[in-house]
Amino acid sequence: MNYFEGLEGTVSSESDSQRTLTPYVTGTSVIGIKYKDGILMTADMGGSYGSTLRYKGVERMKPVGKHSIIGASGEISDFQEIMRYLDELIIHDNMWDDGNSLGPKEIHNYLTRVMYNRRNKFDPLWNTLVLGGIKNGQKYLGMVSSIGVHFEDDHIATGFGNHLARPILRDEWKEDMSFEDAVKLLEKCMLVLLYRDRSAINKLQITKITEEGATVYQPYALKTHWGFTAFKNPANGGAEGSW
Amino acid sequence: MSFNPYDNNGGTCVAIAGSDYCVVAADTRMSTGYSILTRDYSKICKLADTAILASSGFQADVKALQKVLSARHLTYQHQHNKQMSCPAMAQLLSNTLYYKRFFPYYAFNVLGGLDSEGKGCVFTYDAVGSYERVGYSSQGSGSTLIIPVLDNQLKSPSPLLLPAKDAVTPLLEAEAVDLVKDVFASAAERDIYTGDRVEIVIVNKSGIRREYVELRKD
Repeated sequence: MNYFEGLEGTVSSESDSQRTLTPYVTGTSVIGIKYKDGILMTADMGGSYGSTLRYKGVERMKPVGKHSIIGASGEISDFQEIMRYLDELIIHDNMWDDGNSLGPKEIHNYLTRVMYNRRNKFDPLWNTLVLGGIKNGQKYLGMVSSIGVHFEDDHIATGFGNHLARPILRDEWKEDMSFEDAVKLLEKCMLVLLYRDRSAINKLQITKITEEGATVYQPYALKTHWGFTAFKNPANGGAEGSW
Repeated sequence: MSFNPYDNNGGTCVAIAGSDYCVVAADTRMSTGYSILTRDYSKICKLADTAILASSGFQADVKALQKVLSARHLTYQHQHNKQMSCPAMAQLLSNTLYYKRFFPYYAFNVLGGLDSEGKGCVFTYDAVGSYERVGYSSQGSGSTLIIPVLDNQLKSPSPLLLPAKDAVTPLLEAEAVDLVKDVFASAAERDIYTGDRVEIVIVNKSGIRREYVELRKD
């Protein structure tokens, strides 16, 4: 966009500060769904450095306060900075000692403003964030992008997940799913992503948030099957002219 | 490579003014590129009892704009102990958009409601605040498909006529609502950024009423 190149040139010549123009270490899709007792979220633990799989144990989902969980895809360092903002926010909220606590709606709104303000400064936080939570029986699941686009839905998936997992969720997600069914559904989505998203890895975590609080489950791997005949010999399926 | 602070999240807005009513409508699809983000996002914002704003474009800017207008309206109520009129809100919206003339809100607005005489009114805008009072309008991704149909069906008097004629449409409220349903169903056929559902808000002297109609989801 020519219009902003001029504007940006002025800003950067006035200071030596660096901005995230491209992300360095990134995480891939995050999926979140509502279920009977609250919200379930899943993400793998990969941290990609371009197309290199640089880190294999990155926690991309974190509890926030008493009622919420945040999940992040995109630049890992920016997510860690966002966590510092959130931890400070929660500490300052606790210092009032008035028995009130920030719910998922408030956290989501806060993140929305942080992301939008940074894009207004042409210095975005390079993440797509998913925020899930439950407070006073009210389930909440929302998303924010790096330029401040945000919304709520019954199920949310970032990046590749929006292409590959959400069609599955739209078919199979139901209101008030049991924990077991919801986990099965998330695993089905993560398996598709594992097969088709090259930056996805087979080490994933599931987190849940209910009225009782947040739980981050131990990472585990999905059972994969690579023995499909069409996989081993793609030309046998009748695709003339293929290799 | 330069950072692009904008996105087009699509969507279509329509408003039609009648002699004693106003219909404001928008679809509920929110997209980015060829992907749908959600099928259930309301683009309509009630700013005052008789001022309803429908906006499409860049969702984050639209939301920021709605927040500014709502905050300004709250101040107005405290200072004047009344709701802002639709024409007053129209001027405020224009000023708010122009305030960001050199880093614009990427928002395409249609403001509908009743004027102080209870007559239906529609104001239509560009992203930097140029505005005009009209009898009907459409903005957003499907506007190119809808405007010619409204022109054909509503035949508003030329704005060049002297003395000026009222721009309000001759239709009855129910006819206008049916027309809105039809133009959205048509836009959803050809515009990939319009679909899922249309939210219709009807303002008349008895208050505000909402209706929803399902659209194509592909």
